Amino acid sequence: MAQAQDDAPKRAQRDDKEGDLAIVGRSVTIARPRNELFAFWRDFTNLPTFMEAIESIQMTGENRAVWTVRAPAGQQVTMETELAGVVENETIGWHSVGGSQIRTAGMVTFTDAPAGRGTVVSAQIAYEPPAGDIGRLVAKLFMAEPNIQARHELKRFKMLMETGEIATSAYHKTNDGEQ
Amino acid sequence: MRALTWHGTNDVRVDTHPDPEIMNPRDIILKVTSTAICGSDLHLYDGVIPGMKSGDILGHEFMGEVVETGSKSTLRKGQRVVVPFTISCGQCFFCQHEQFSACDNSNPVEKQDASEKLYGHAVGGIFGYSHLTGGYAGGQAEYVRVPFSDVGPIVVPEGMDDDKVLFLSDILPTGWMAAENAQIEPGDTVAVWGAGPVGLFAVQSAVIMGAEQVICIDHHPHRLELAKKLGAKIINFQETHVREALMEMTGGIGPDAVIDAVGMEAHGFVVDNVLDLVKQKISPGADRGHALRQALLACRKGGRVSVPGVYGGMLDKWPLGAMMEKGLQIRGGQTHMQKYTKDLLRRVEEGEIDTTFLISHRLPLEEAPTGYKNFHDKQNEWTKVVLKPGMTT
Repeated sequence: MAQAQDDAPKRAQRDDKEGDLAIVGRSVTIARPRNELFAFWRDFTNLPTFMEAIESIQMTGENRAVWTVRAPAGQQVTMETELAGVVENETIGWHSVGGSQIRTAGMVTFTDAPAGRGTVVSAQIAYEPPAGDIGRLVAKLFMAEPNIQARHELKRFKMLMETGEIATSAYHKTNDGEQ
Repeated sequence: MRALTWHGTNDVRVDTHPDPEIMNPRDIILKVTSTAICGSDLHLYDGVIPGMKSGDILGHEFMGEVVETGSKSTLRKGQRVVVPFTISCGQCFFCQHEQFSACDNSNPVEKQDASEKLYGHAVGGIFGYSHLTGGYAGGQAEYVRVPFSDVGPIVVPEGMDDDKVLFLSDILPTGWMAAENAQIEPGDTVAVWGAGPVGLFAVQSAVIMGAEQVICIDHHPHRLELAKKLGAKIINFQETHVREALMEMTGGIGPDAVIDAVGMEAHGFVVDNVLDLVKQKISPGADRGHALRQALLACRKGGRVSVPGVYGGMLDKWPLGAMMEKGLQIRGGQTHMQKYTKDLLRRVEEGEIDTTFLISHRLPLEEAPTGYKNFHDKQNEWTKVVLKPGMTT
């Protein structure tokens, strides 16, 4: 007898690999309209405001962007991505281009939440588990816990969109929130 | 600035810290004029709440004067405000549904992981109450940074003393919500475990909400005396068999609603409590819940159980069968402060509710460690300590 198809997204399944790529992701419900959230994310230069690991994103063409990832001791890692599969107010996809130090693909979808609760934003990131020297560096800083990273970034996005700011318990500017 | 600082179990000191600054647009900086020690601060003092770090500034019951405002704050310099202990953004799903203490956006993202793991969901932010609830510096200090100042703080009407309104910061709304969660109906008997500040305000609230009979259970004679003055009947558990007494005082039915205003550090030398105490000594995060167990057993069939007392972790020997077989309803939670503060301020202004009777001691901030020690060790006489940073030692 055929087994019924599981409705859970790939990232929640026990086998969360897609070929040689690992899949991570998270959904959040944000109490703001879909078009507003889509427009903010569509402009990639906005992403570093809530993605802490990203130093900056520079557009190098209409669909191409260079991401500069923070690393310790002033080091930086860059990757170049190309937009793929943009559907107005619904989906934004991107993938790394050849020669990039990190092989990755991402997609974020925007759907209306039920009963006027706002918008469900789901991000899914596929990445190649890193290898080699650069891989280890990246693993340590950027992708050691990609799941946690994705969760944190989406929660910061939600905070920024709902409240206009990102919560911190730091109480003075030289404090890191640890008191 | 000077601030009461946690260094470890039963070790709090007044230390010097940097002054707080505006960090986000909706912030204010408050100059604290009055701040109280809460019964739940004693859980921190005893080291039974996980997620504390040496150097944390305590205090979640405070009020004062606005001295600095962020660009998006709706408050003005010079205004006197009382600050709710829970931090709420006002815009997330939970705030929009008046479940303010469940706010999604007040606990900083990197602090949310711990409670998401421990409870299944990240909890909202609370001032001065461990890094599980955000690691925010508390208000037992000369100054404090208050985020989302357009949502939380209550502006104090001209001419009202600090002592009259300070408890709008936590224990009065907490006692009120405890009584509301008991869903009181005409003819009801409501039994309240704990004649501490929250228990006493729950008694007062249950009386206002029309309970036929309110019964308060404790072992401190002076605290029971206060409960009696508020209109409760009293049971001293050291002298009386509580469940038997409650049955006899309700015509053999049992209380219609029970309120556990004790929480995770229940007293009493009974087997379950002693075992819990041993566990709690070994690891923070284990709860000691004799009062709650007794309340569940005493509650009438189909009755209501309200839990304002603080629990932070796991509780063994929870009589789940009593809940199922008697069909009990259980409600709890940190207080949804902003839902209640306006109405309660009106009741205080009109004189329907008095909160000042509770204050037994007023101390300068510098003497806060003495306040903690005595509030902890001499519970009968030290019913509530208010710290005044402006008072000279």
